[in-house]
Amino acid sequence: MSTLYRFLKYGAILLWSAFVIAPFLWALTTSFKTANGITGGPTYIPWLQYKPSLQGWGDLFHSGGGGIQIGGPYLDSLIVTVSASVISLVFGTLAAYGLSRFTFRAGFIRNADITFFFISQRIMPPVVLAIPFFLMLQFLHLLDTKIGLIVVYIALLMPIAVWVMVDFFNTVPRELDQSAMLDGCSPFETFWRVILPNSKPGLVVAGLFCLIFGWNDFFFAFTLTFTKTQLLPVAIVSLNSSVTPWWSLSAAALVSVAPLVAVAFILESYLSRGNLAGAIR
Amino acid sequence: MSLVATELTRRIDGIAHLNNISCTLERGRFYVVVGPTLSGKTSLLHALAGLDVPDTGRITLDDADLATVPVWSRSVSMVYQQFINYPHLSVYDNIAFPLRRRRFKHAEIERRVRAMAETVGLTPFLTRLPGALSGGQQQRVALARSLVKGSDLLLLDEPLINLDYKLREQLREEFLNIFSAQSRSIVVYTTADPNEALLFGAEVLVMHEGRLLQVGAAQSVYARPATATVARIFSDPPMNLLPGSLEDAGLRLSKDVLLPRPRHFGSLAQGPYVFGIHPSDIAPDPSGIASEVELAEISGSETFLHVRHADMHLVAHLSGVHAYALGENVHVALEGSKLFAFAPGGELAAAPAAGG
Repeated sequence: MSTLYRFLKYGAILLWSAFVIAPFLWALTTSFKTANGITGGPTYIPWLQYKPSLQGWGDLFHSGGGGIQIGGPYLDSLIVTVSASVISLVFGTLAAYGLSRFTFRAGFIRNADITFFFISQRIMPPVVLAIPFFLMLQFLHLLDTKIGLIVVYIALLMPIAVWVMVDFFNTVPRELDQSAMLDGCSPFETFWRVILPNSKPGLVVAGLFCLIFGWNDFFFAFTLTFTKTQLLPVAIVSLNSSVTPWWSLSAAALVSVAPLVAVAFILESYLSRGNLAGAIR
Repeated sequence: MSLVATELTRRIDGIAHLNNISCTLERGRFYVVVGPTLSGKTSLLHALAGLDVPDTGRITLDDADLATVPVWSRSVSMVYQQFINYPHLSVYDNIAFPLRRRRFKHAEIERRVRAMAETVGLTPFLTRLPGALSGGQQQRVALARSLVKGSDLLLLDEPLINLDYKLREQLREEFLNIFSAQSRSIVVYTTADPNEALLFGAEVLVMHEGRLLQVGAAQSVYARPATATVARIFSDPPMNLLPGSLEDAGLRLSKDVLLPRPRHFGSLAQGPYVFGIHPSDIAPDPSGIASEVELAEISGSETFLHVRHADMHLVAHLSGVHAYALGENVHVALEGSKLFAFAPGGELAAAPAAGG
């Protein structure tokens, strides 16, 4: 019985892993092909089935002739995504703690309304926001700049941080806050010395969401920049001219997912293991 | 030198968690608040600690009003029924936490933490995280953290309820020794278990539905409960309450149950009463009331026998393990000299002689 269960379990895991990894393997093998290798029928194994070439990877370091300097957009993407994520996480966490622990009253507005107000920012389709954002950035002379994109990304990422962290703080027992205050902590000290150090799992999830959403955004990076600033997703798509250079496109795609994979591996251990085990029985 | 609460009332969503509570708590004494779940015990502790602000009423400590003093500036500690500690700090740092917030000197912190760890038996575990300790040890950490700063007010909210029976007895013993050494603190301990209050032999405050029903020494509350409600709360299993009347012929519990008038009822007037008797004062007896077994719970070396006679339900607390079949006919006798009488409104009219 248990043997059958294990067989089915690992079978399912294997199947799903293959399903997930296959596109990456395909991109990997394609990145070493040339035009001939790609049009010459389905081939997978280098040297045996096609002659590998480093042209696709080389194209990422020069512009013109089917290639593009990917370094600049890469750095810009990193700067914009990381800055927006960090700022969203810092202020989103503070807002979430306030919403979870204090009672706000402004007319008919209550905590739940404020929380929904944050989350509702993500309910609208992004297209609706494109024109207002464009006009606002134009007014502030921030179109086609990294600062402008950071501002827009904060508006998009902060609701995610607030949402995840409100949920997280609601699972942290109030008695922990009360104990800290009885032990002499002011409300901010309570947050800083007791709640925050025990919030790693929530912070990791919220941070990961921010990084993923920010890094993957194409739409706003595309509509709010023109020539001076170009983020990675836009740069990769712009590779696609009259002839699609599948080899450099594949290499660029792999390079672009690398940071997220790295972050996921680093933070993975925090995701599975809760840190609140000692707070309550 | 004392903590005085005056007419505290706290309503949340129309429900009175605290209903006009006044009490005076003296330094160096140990108080046990007894009441069932939702009786307002925790609300009272929160109000005393300053964690919640009552709608009306005031609290003074040594004649100084506490209303304007924020929680973090007060001299209060609290131990919760959940084992609340700081999960990211070692046991040593947990105990040192309140001292560091109060800017004690490093050497003084070291001295106090080590002494406190010795008192509660945590010395071998000082470098561990609370999550790596057993429940009993975690609660010791919480206790050490609350004792180390020497607060004026030490509040314990059912601290032993989540521990197993053996550990509970052991910690209860230790608590008693530790608290008796706190000569300048006011210790308030809540529990739903009247036996715990009796074991501590402390001053008792009986609460029910947000009201303070009776204050007094544990033994005297047990011997002379002010009302039938107190009698039920302050007895485990709850006291049997039987509506009946006093007549010329004796004490009538139902059409066919007539008991001789107990001598300690003295000059009690005839009329309707609610009679009370502790489950331990009911025993099987061939000459007793014919009744039917509804349930027999065996707990450890004790048996709780639930029986019914017509629509009169009784619970008897028997020592030893006794097997009874459901529906079996048994005769049970009420120990006449142990009967309480309450007026129909609930006030105590007569109680058995104390110590008997």
